[in-house]
Amino acid sequence: MILPASSQLPAKREITTKPRLSDRVFAWIVTSGALSSLLILGLIFFFLTYQGFSVLRSQGLHFITGSNWQVILDAAGNIDPKQTEFGIAAMLVGTILCALIAIVIALPISVLAALFLNFFAPPSVKKIMVAVVDLMAAFPSILFGLWGFFVLMPSAEYWAKLINRYLGFIPFFQVEPPIYTRSPFIAGLVLAIMVIPIITSIAREVFNQTPLDRIQAAYALGATRWAMIRAVVLPYGRSGVIGGAMLGLGRAMGETVAVYTVLNVVYQINWHVLLGAGGNVASMILLKFGEAGPDEIKALMAAGLVLFLLTLAVNSLADLIVRRSGGKGR
Amino acid sequence: MTDKRVVRPEKPWKSSPKQRLVSALIFLGAMLTSYLLVAATPMNGKLAYFLVFFFAFTLFDFIFHYLTRGIALAKDAVARAVVALGISLAVAPIVSILATVVIRGYKGIHLSLFTTDMKLNSVSDPIDQGGLLHAISGTAILVLVALLISVPLGILTAVYMTEVKGRFVRPIKFLVQAMSGVPSIVAGLFILSAFIYPITKAYSGFAGALALSILMIPTIARTSEEVLLLIPNDLREAGVALGGTQWRTVAMVVVPAARSGLVTAMILGIARIAGETAPVLLLTGGGDSVNGNPFSGPMGSLPFYIWKSYAVGTEESVTRAWAGILVLLVIVLVLFVSARVMSERRTKS
Amino acid sequence: MNDASNAEKNMENAMSTQPLVSSLGDVAKNRFDSRSAPAQVQGIGLEARGIHAWFGDRLVLEDLSLDFWSGTVTALIGPSGCGKSTFIRTLNRMHEFIPGAAMAGHVLLNGEDVYAPGVDVTKIRLKIGMVFQKPNPFPSMTISENVLAGLKLAQLKVDNKDDLLEECLERAGLWTEVKDRLGAYGGSLSGGQQQRLCIARSLAVRPEVLLMDEPCSSLDPGSTLKIEETISHLSSSMTIIIVTHNMQQAARVSDYTAFFLSEGGPGRMVEVGPTGEIFSRPKDQRTENYVTGRFG
Repeated sequence: MILPASSQLPAKREITTKPRLSDRVFAWIVTSGALSSLLILGLIFFFLTYQGFSVLRSQGLHFITGSNWQVILDAAGNIDPKQTEFGIAAMLVGTILCALIAIVIALPISVLAALFLNFFAPPSVKKIMVAVVDLMAAFPSILFGLWGFFVLMPSAEYWAKLINRYLGFIPFFQVEPPIYTRSPFIAGLVLAIMVIPIITSIAREVFNQTPLDRIQAAYALGATRWAMIRAVVLPYGRSGVIGGAMLGLGRAMGETVAVYTVLNVVYQINWHVLLGAGGNVASMILLKFGEAGPDEIKALMAAGLVLFLLTLAVNSLADLIVRRSGGKGR
Repeated sequence: MTDKRVVRPEKPWKSSPKQRLVSALIFLGAMLTSYLLVAATPMNGKLAYFLVFFFAFTLFDFIFHYLTRGIALAKDAVARAVVALGISLAVAPIVSILATVVIRGYKGIHLSLFTTDMKLNSVSDPIDQGGLLHAISGTAILVLVALLISVPLGILTAVYMTEVKGRFVRPIKFLVQAMSGVPSIVAGLFILSAFIYPITKAYSGFAGALALSILMIPTIARTSEEVLLLIPNDLREAGVALGGTQWRTVAMVVVPAARSGLVTAMILGIARIAGETAPVLLLTGGGDSVNGNPFSGPMGSLPFYIWKSYAVGTEESVTRAWAGILVLLVIVLVLFVSARVMSERRTKS
Repeated sequence: MNDASNAEKNMENAMSTQPLVSSLGDVAKNRFDSRSAPAQVQGIGLEARGIHAWFGDRLVLEDLSLDFWSGTVTALIGPSGCGKSTFIRTLNRMHEFIPGAAMAGHVLLNGEDVYAPGVDVTKIRLKIGMVFQKPNPFPSMTISENVLAGLKLAQLKVDNKDDLLEECLERAGLWTEVKDRLGAYGGSLSGGQQQRLCIARSLAVRPEVLLMDEPCSSLDPGSTLKIEETISHLSSSMTIIIVTHNMQQAARVSDYTAFFLSEGGPGRMVEVGPTGEIFSRPKDQRTENYVTGRFG
């Protein structure tokens, strides 16, 4: 076959494959299954908003900024909308305070532990320790709660007194009246123990991705292990570790049972970390749920919504940071 | 050929006996210092021993390395001591937790624990009366129902991300991550607001299982995704090249090849939710007798039993709580170890 | 790009017009003749005595003894997997980073065993520098920080950092190209420049020996030529050991060449000698087969 002489290139053929019906059905099923996460998150948002809407509307911004939670009934036994107040500021402060204490304690320990596992431990020790740390991440939170209450609390109270004695001039560490039991400090300690495995394993993964050629370059220049870590590993892993710490923060903010067992849930804004009064949103929901009437339940739903959005925001940010650091060279 | 003397592999970089002896001496010296210093000063307690020991060890190690090797290696020695401190602080709680649970829990363990429920007893009764049967069976049912819901969804999500690779891979990855951060109490409130209040108006095991599924799906999805990513691509290409459609390739080649990995994903998912307490407290009602029907009637579970026994606070009830935790911990341990063993075997083959 | 492809063509021409053995032999002879002074042999700088190397239970390198004279360039050639890289990594004790690695034998630097107990390994690596296959500047550091990184890593003090910086970049042949942007990040340079930056970085700690593990394998021919010039400049003042797959390169830059081969089992050194002789009159049939391109 002779084609007519022409300077034009032949038009590109379009290659199309029409997927078979079975494949299209398959792709459709898989996609809808995968979208279940979107559906569930959407439904959580929708139903909590739906249930909490009346409270959110009547309280407005006061729901987040107010720190009173009192249900006043009128003579007929119905809720009195004028005097009833729902404000979760105290619990929000407690949530953030406990979670921050946890991260401040957990982050350095986790980073050091991850460095030990990746660069200092002999292989056999490393294998055992990694398994132990991972196992700890699988422990149920009620276990941490009970252990914290019965075992950690007595020691932690003593440590709190030491801190107060030597650092009491810092407003944070003032304790007045002198009640040291069930303080945010102890809750933060328990939360720290719960998030250490999480941050450690993320930090370990991030450090593990440090390009080998940079590590070797540092060693070939006569670096000691520590000099290598400072020059190569820490700059490389910094943002990934920050992301991991934020994941831990999100986890600590949403914790219910462990905080409930070790913390004295008192409805007031308390910045004194060693003082035995505080709370967080999750444990407050659990506490109030038992005796709540229908209207108060709605307020609890609204509180749940705030907690949901808060953890979602922290988690998403953390995820972005971790993922961005994983892809880049620096 | 002349006969050769046998050359043995050596590792001259490993520390020599002499170096080890020096390390041991420094260690002993630090221990002695901490003992003497704590005895001679008003300090006391385990914490003081530990801190003095740590600082003494670090100081001696630093001085030794500084004198023999110079400042760079001395700093390295300090770094080694500090990271070792880090790992000890990280794993010390787990040792304490395991020891506590075993010591306090074994007193409450007896045979009838696994054969009777608490129908006729209160948690403050003597420990040898009543048992955990309702709680164990309840947890098993909750886990089973949650598995039935979340395994298909979790694996479909993983298949979407590794096999179908549609437009939404990135958003779904993000959503799964976001979902794994949903606090358990929020999952409980959600089921309460979306299922119990509008539909059933009664506590049930099924409601609890629904909330647990929300917590389980991300674990299963992410672990399964990792597992499916390990399946070599030639396997998929071989399947397609043989004329298989994509869905047949996935169903008959990829998923079977990843079978043990997917089981690991399930086990990790179970371990994640078996001890989940908050949603169970909100949703299941927590009965005291064995209830085989997740759709009606309150359902007991281990976390609920532990919680309730702990909250009552008498000596017997707290012992019951520890016994319940011991049972729960053994379950989690068995699950965890089997997941480890399976994934180990997988990576070796 | 154009230069690069021209250089490549020239090489191809050179290879196709003449029989290979004599061509490479001539290249080596030319180099020998063109040296400003004949290779100044200042004594044995580095000696390898009966080196064996294992990975786990697998013996990868068997009974290798080789002297490296100060002021000379030694090229290690041979097919992939014959233990060349493993060998040079035993010389500056980088071998031990691989899990399961083991070795036997002695490496003597100025007569002292670098593997002796109590030897400070970081000091050894300061004296025996290394340049890697892929350029690996530290991306979080600027060009000048990269050059001086070794001082910081090994906690060395130096009086005038600026002079040292200029000297090292000059010796690596990079000074004129980067003197106006010393504050730029190392990653902003081209591949060839990055590799010369890595050479400058190695020079800053004043090593006596420089190990180069296929330093040009990821570079274009133009950059390769620049690196080879750098090697020639450096060779008068230090011991250089270069692993290369490129026989042209071995012939162009080295004074001595050692041929490594693994015949199924562990890698062994088949032959070593002045580069000109290895490429023109190899004693061993296997060497001849390799340098004439009959296999490998």
